[in-house]
Amino acid sequence: MPKIDHKKLAKAAKEKKAAFGEDVDIKSFGKKKSSHAYIRDLSNIKEAERENLLTSGIDLTGKERSGTYLQMDHNVVHCSVKQEGLELMSVDQARDKYSWFEDYWWKAVKVDADKYTAQAELEPHFGYFIRAQAGVETIFPLQACLYLGMQGTSQHVHNVIIAEEGASLHIITGCTVAKNVKAGLHLGVSEFYVKKNAKITFTMVHNWAEDVSVRPRTGTIVEENGLFLSNYICMKPVKSLQMYPVSNLVGPGATARYNTILVAPPGSNMDVGSKVVLAAPNTKAEVVARTLTTGGNIIARGQLIGEVKSVKAHLECRGLILKESGMIHAIPELIGKVSGVDLSHEAAVGKIAQEEIEYLMSRGISREEATATIVRGFLNVQIEGLPQVLKKEMDGILDTLEKEAF
Amino acid sequence: MLKIENLCVEIPGKEILKNVNLEVNAGETFVLFGPNGSGKTTLIMAIMGFSNYKVTSGRIIFKGEDITHLPVDERAKRGLGLMFQRPPTIKGVSLKQMVEVCSGKKDYAKEWVDQLNMESFLERDINYGFSGGEIKRSELLQLMAQGCDFVLLDEPESGVDLENICVMGKTINKLLQKDHHRRDRTKAGLIITHTGYILDYVEADRGCVLINGNFICRGNPRELLKDIHRSGYQECAVCRK
Ligand SMILES: Nc1ncnc2c1ncn2[C@@H]1O[C@H](COP(=O)(O)OP(=O)(O)OP(=O)(O)O)[C@@H](O)[C@H]1O
Ligand SMILES: [Mg+2]
Repeated sequence: MPKIDHKKLAKAAKEKKAAFGEDVDIKSFGKKKSSHAYIRDLSNIKEAERENLLTSGIDLTGKERSGTYLQMDHNVVHCSVKQEGLELMSVDQARDKYSWFEDYWWKAVKVDADKYTAQAELEPHFGYFIRAQAGVETIFPLQACLYLGMQGTSQHVHNVIIAEEGASLHIITGCTVAKNVKAGLHLGVSEFYVKKNAKITFTMVHNWAEDVSVRPRTGTIVEENGLFLSNYICMKPVKSLQMYPVSNLVGPGATARYNTILVAPPGSNMDVGSKVVLAAPNTKAEVVARTLTTGGNIIARGQLIGEVKSVKAHLECRGLILKESGMIHAIPELIGKVSGVDLSHEAAVGKIAQEEIEYLMSRGISREEATATIVRGFLNVQIEGLPQVLKKEMDGILDTLEKEAF
Repeated sequence: MLKIENLCVEIPGKEILKNVNLEVNAGETFVLFGPNGSGKTTLIMAIMGFSNYKVTSGRIIFKGEDITHLPVDERAKRGLGLMFQRPPTIKGVSLKQMVEVCSGKKDYAKEWVDQLNMESFLERDINYGFSGGEIKRSELLQLMAQGCDFVLLDEPESGVDLENICVMGKTINKLLQKDHHRRDRTKAGLIITHTGYILDYVEADRGCVLINGNFICRGNPRELLKDIHRSGYQECAVCRK
């Protein structure tokens, strides 16, 4: 097979605008490369940086983690793995190590999808490679963190995640910024490969800042009886976030599940969706989104594409408007290409029903408490694999919301 | 204990209650009859203070205080409690949480959970997929946890099977202190019923019939029920004028 020239494709797509989201001027970000030193021991991380890492679900003790990958701007500052059968390294190392590496490079995401994927190819800044060997199950989750530490910089990472046959991989990733960083650009390409009877649980938490733009580009290929479980949580301000991860269920019996929780404060623009292509018999998908605005704008997309008979998928999108200045636009789409597909969706956007608030008030709590209880319930989707600290963090965010929003 | 004076209530665009007067004393159980759509639920929702039921004139006095314009939670804090005919479903909020809200603490009224057979419902989203009878038991459980002084019960027995009516009756008796001597009772209640089955378990003192937003007949609840059975509400509207 002739080798595909990714660089050439990328160059041609350099100016190609993305299908969705505000067009970000990549050139407006600083060209300076960072030079952070390697940190052997995570406990040596500076105090100022700890908090943001923690609230992104990163466990700095590493006790309940099988391994840790930490990248600051353009440097891999930590990479270690404890469990036999799990591999964790930078994609550059993986490329040197494995002759087959190219088989997983730009296979689940197209290099020329848009200018952001192109940029990730033309000016790459590492990214992590995670692989669970056949039959291996993670005891504790692996954690990866991509960190913006320099004001006004852009970070272009490309991650590859592989669960070999029968393996089970649990990953928590947090993306965050240093306290002083207000502006920046994060481009993150992620390619997931779930082999036969394998499972990947992927929980991603984004903690950005007011002027950060974010363009993740994620694709997943799930083979026979594989399971891909993706949780995405973004409850902090972000200037412009646009992503539309897609799962291709190519093997019979493959399953994809997406849970998304978005909270958009004033000034935030989020355009987030999940797409699943059901391309083999008996594949299943479930896409659930809970979106809440306290003044920001949210576009919540979802698309299920049934390509063959006997597939089943459901899309659920609920949006709650807490402040009139915010907007939620739900766009659920179902595309059935043959008969015998079972695709459904339910979408609802609105304010909290007065009736529900008063029902709670009639049990003796104030309007504010009642609203908070309902909002908590609203965001309370059962998320498999959500670390304890994140649950606490979500509570914390809700407490602040209560004070500010109601 | 509860006094309603010349109360007029409208729902958006429509007057439902016209000049209603009612007084229920501490220790009393009062029964409200009336055909579908006559305004029974409207009355108790207005007493509880729901914003959809607007008091256009008249007053609601509770324990000597004019509560006509108090918000719902303030009325609850003063001891009013309501068993809803059709409570809303709230996704993500469990019955257990509701009971905790009611009791104001983490302990979730184990005794009442057992008595009302609600253990297996505690983790479920409130009212989500609850059957008719389950809703009533869940509502009663919340009132027990709340420890109200005055309960407004909207058709407590409707949809409840015979065995559970008995259980509910016993629980309501406890709530209304029926085990105390009449003169020692401090609590009171207003019960809406169509069938009167609940009256086989809960002794009631007085009753009245509401038709078209007006009280047209008052008397002993058992006798009222007998009359309604025999001659229907139409008769009721004319017989005792
Ligand atoms: N939100 C509403 N919108 C329109 N009409 C309403 C609304 N709420 C109540 N009504 C009307 O007001 C009238 C009184 O209703 P209410 O619920 O008080 O009756 P009820 O006596 O409790 O009847 P039932 O025995 O059937 O429970 C009915 O005609 C009802 O349709
Ligand atoms: Mg009614």
